[in-house]
Amino acid sequence: MIYDIRLVISYSYDRPAAGGRNLLRLLPADLPGVQRVIRSALTVRPDPLEQTRFTDFFGTEVASVALPAGATSVEFEARARVERLAPTPVLDISAPLADLPAELFELRDLGRGAPHHFLGASPRIAPVDEITAFARAAVRGATGTAAAVRALGRAIHAAMRFDPQATTVDTPPLDAFRRREGVCQDFAQVMIAGLRGLGVPAAYVSGFLRTVPPPGQARLEGADAMHAWVRAWCGRQTGWIDYDPTNACLAGEDHVVVGHGRDYGDVAPVTGVLRIAGGQTSRQAVDMVALPGAARPPRPSR
Amino acid sequence: MDAALRPPPDLPPLLAGYRPPPGASDELLDPQGRVRPVWRGLLAHLAGLDVADLAARFHRGDQYLRDAGVFFRAISENGSAERDWPFSHIPVLIDETDWAQIGVGLIQRADLLERVMADLYGPARLIAQGHLPPALVAENPEWLRPMVGVAPRGGHYLHFLAFEIGRGPDGTWWVLGDRTQAPSGAGFALENRVATTRVFSEFYPGARVQRLAGFFGAFRQALMDLRAEPDSRVGILTPGPLTDTYFEHAYIARYLGFMLLQGEDLTVEGGRLMVRTVAGLRPISVLWRRLDAAWADPLELDPASRLGTPGLIGALRQGSVTMVNALGSGVLETRALLAFLPAIARAMTGQDLILPNIATWWCGQAAERKHVAAHPERMVVSPALSTRQPFDEATVPLDPEDPGLGAWLARQGPRLVAQEAVTLSTTPAQIEGRLVPRPMSLRVFLLRTAQGWQIMPGGFARIGRTADPTAIAMQKGGAAADVWIVSDRPVATPTLLPATTAPYQRPRPGVLPSRAADNLFWLGRYVERAEGTMRLLRARNARLAEAGEGAAPLFAVVDPLLAGQGVDPAEGIPQGLLDTLGRATASAGQVRDRFSPDGWSALADLDKTAHRFATRVSPGDDAARALGKLLRKLSGFAGLVQDNMYRFLGWRFLELGRYIERAGAAAQWLAILADPDAPEGALDLAVEVGDSVMTHRRRFALTTSRDTVVDLLALDPANPRAIRFQVEGIHDQMRHLPGVDQDGPPADLHRAVLRLQTRLATSTPASLTTEVLWDTAARVAGLSDRLTEAWLR
Repeated sequence: MIYDIRLVISYSYDRPAAGGRNLLRLLPADLPGVQRVIRSALTVRPDPLEQTRFTDFFGTEVASVALPAGATSVEFEARARVERLAPTPVLDISAPLADLPAELFELRDLGRGAPHHFLGASPRIAPVDEITAFARAAVRGATGTAAAVRALGRAIHAAMRFDPQATTVDTPPLDAFRRREGVCQDFAQVMIAGLRGLGVPAAYVSGFLRTVPPPGQARLEGADAMHAWVRAWCGRQTGWIDYDPTNACLAGEDHVVVGHGRDYGDVAPVTGVLRIAGGQTSRQAVDMVALPGAARPPRPSR
Repeated sequence: MDAALRPPPDLPPLLAGYRPPPGASDELLDPQGRVRPVWRGLLAHLAGLDVADLAARFHRGDQYLRDAGVFFRAISENGSAERDWPFSHIPVLIDETDWAQIGVGLIQRADLLERVMADLYGPARLIAQGHLPPALVAENPEWLRPMVGVAPRGGHYLHFLAFEIGRGPDGTWWVLGDRTQAPSGAGFALENRVATTRVFSEFYPGARVQRLAGFFGAFRQALMDLRAEPDSRVGILTPGPLTDTYFEHAYIARYLGFMLLQGEDLTVEGGRLMVRTVAGLRPISVLWRRLDAAWADPLELDPASRLGTPGLIGALRQGSVTMVNALGSGVLETRALLAFLPAIARAMTGQDLILPNIATWWCGQAAERKHVAAHPERMVVSPALSTRQPFDEATVPLDPEDPGLGAWLARQGPRLVAQEAVTLSTTPAQIEGRLVPRPMSLRVFLLRTAQGWQIMPGGFARIGRTADPTAIAMQKGGAAADVWIVSDRPVATPTLLPATTAPYQRPRPGVLPSRAADNLFWLGRYVERAEGTMRLLRARNARLAEAGEGAAPLFAVVDPLLAGQGVDPAEGIPQGLLDTLGRATASAGQVRDRFSPDGWSALADLDKTAHRFATRVSPGDDAARALGKLLRKLSGFAGLVQDNMYRFLGWRFLELGRYIERAGAAAQWLAILADPDAPEGALDLAVEVGDSVMTHRRRFALTTSRDTVVDLLALDPANPRAIRFQVEGIHDQMRHLPGVDQDGPPADLHRAVLRLQTRLATSTPASLTTEVLWDTAARVAGLSDRLTEAWLR
């Protein structure tokens, strides 16, 4: 499936801002075997004083921009044409949960793909007893880790209500869990906390979700902004699987990845604030449209 | 005869009852109870002093630290409070030969830590080869992912290290912990040395104690050598006055002559790190970092940090700045690392550690856990990833009687380390007139120079509060003592002055960071505001004492002025005045490295006295007299600024602050008190508040008129209290500010000052109406804003 993606994040200020520096993680990643970037471009308004790029620890492309002082509005626009490949079906030959600690202990790796980065507490997501207990109940009876991941994802989807007004970007996972509501970020963070509590390394994935559903199908939740889901490590044999708890499905052809990290902080679309004196408002708009004529893939399994 | 060679004296009375606890070694006495040779000279000296003499000497040391303004900021539950840095007067004496041995061991350790650092931020072979469990690194908040793969400019991650060491019962030294991130204490070591030499002023010069100045000279040179290009600078990066070691940062910055910077002083432009100065951005390429790494860059590290510099890591990635030490070096302080270092040393260098570290077991491994559970009586446990002082308050002994111990250890496993509950050596401390043995550990400093690691010949000793020599007892706190490395030959006395044959050249003044200038400017404003408030209050209280409520009409015009400054005249020494003094002290505290200790003491004394008065002074005559005393103390401060402060740029901003505040305030109170409708006595009050009673009497008649008062207090260019005098002063100072010599001060500011000058030069008392005076006050406030815009941002 080939998509055209357009993302606009804009800020407007009551009084001219003093300038500053931002890191942007907005463009789809080129991931061999998963997705292919045909073209992509980032536009910053007003014109930045400086713009450089680097790749962060987890492999996400980051643009670093320095903005001039005096702007009353700032706009970041990302455009990309991306081919998302059909995922290969997951055969559940994953290790039982009980075997993960031993597998992890044997894995002597600190590289970007190593599961060790995603097991302990990260700045925004620490395992907490309350969510761990919920997770333990949800995965009872699951034979392998991959089955446990799906079981927990379904349980969170069933327990939590999608509500864009309920939480903010800084709501801790335990708060969202107790309220049983939130947006994709909250669903993902609760699931990650649960998985880490069970001893399953889990990462936070930032990306895009198809906004216009195929004919006859419902629109997916969370499509009007950037999307977030979960990447879980299921043992050496199976490796990583991507699961979207907001929609209770494996992330598949409808999901386009920007990057992943330990939590939102590692992949936040925009990092850094401008020094401003007055108030500000921000807006985010996303379009992810399948190119006409492209073949219809099977729906990802639910 | 040389003091050090004199035969051992009888133990002085001071030492009666000095009995080291069993099972510990003692620095002063050997196992047979004889005084060790290195101590004999000092003991002989002490034996010759009577109790009163000794007390007077100790007092001299304390006095020095107080006068120098040494403080240790203890964060208490109800906010932060400054308290004196506790000082133990008797130094710890160590023989030069022993010290050299310690140096060999610590240099080996420093080299090893550098290699471990390079590996953890590079290929991570220690993980791949199984020498370190990946979880200890991956879950470690001090291991900074943005720094992985960022090679340090110049090739080295570590430049300045500290080690906490202690001596075991058998006399051998152990490493208790490594300080690799931003070791503190070098400045305190220096201060303690000065204080100790005040105590032992006759003995010290001949005592063959190795001097510290050479080490600090080498330190200064090493940092200068790390610069990228000769025009770039070296700075010390501090979290600011709220941190517990800020005094040390300011002290060492002043001692070494480096800029003391906070994160907001820095910015990144084109990949280079720059300092915001009053003369614009200036490059800086070496930062001695006293700020924990997590706070250094809110863009890539902790986003909540307000202490950092956005883009700093980008500058490091581009190799434009050297950090002393590299960001991320805190990972080497991880307590659990001590469990693996002995094997890592063998694997990386083929050698055993010369100085062992204390036995440590990481409880994430089954065999180690079993060992710990089997030997709980000699163990303490603490968080595995802790980077705090060894044996901090999170360290607890294991309970051998606890039947659930094994299960608990298994459950907590990877989160815990167990360490041997070591016993430290004791050293003499003076308590209630006698010397008693107290446990001690040493902090030792190592510096990387072009010639290799150099050890500071000294350091500081932490002296335990109780006689209990187990290391864990150090949790109860204690004091700090100087450490003397004693030679058997006379020692050289280096100074920081370079030996040179080139003709003398006066060094160019350094750059002034905008934030420092801003604080000096506001220090000037707040001090002047306090003075103005005091004069107004004193005059009001005097009226109250003379006329009581008969002066009510006058109060009706004065009180709104005071209220505008948050001052309630019903209080003897109002809280609003104390607040202004507090702001002055806080501004001065931000620039302690640029501010003389005398000036600081004068300000602190004023603040303290005002607070004392506030508790007991009542309005009226009592308050008037108390305010008189405060005004005299304040003029002492002003005198120090005027007479002693070097006429560098910072002084100009301080003066500008005073001029602007005085001009603005005078315009306001003159507008009210010289208003044609003002109540009777208002003009006299104005002359008094303007501190011009004598002048008015001499120049005019005994009685005041609006003309005489406005002329004297607004228009007279010879009266240092007149508004015109302030505006002339502003003009003078501004001509010396950076950027002015090319094309004049920022044009609109210059025009604004000229307009005010013209107004005051051409006005008559009659044309300087109340409206014009109010307008003048507003224009002066505008000058402050424009000045801030031009230089202080």
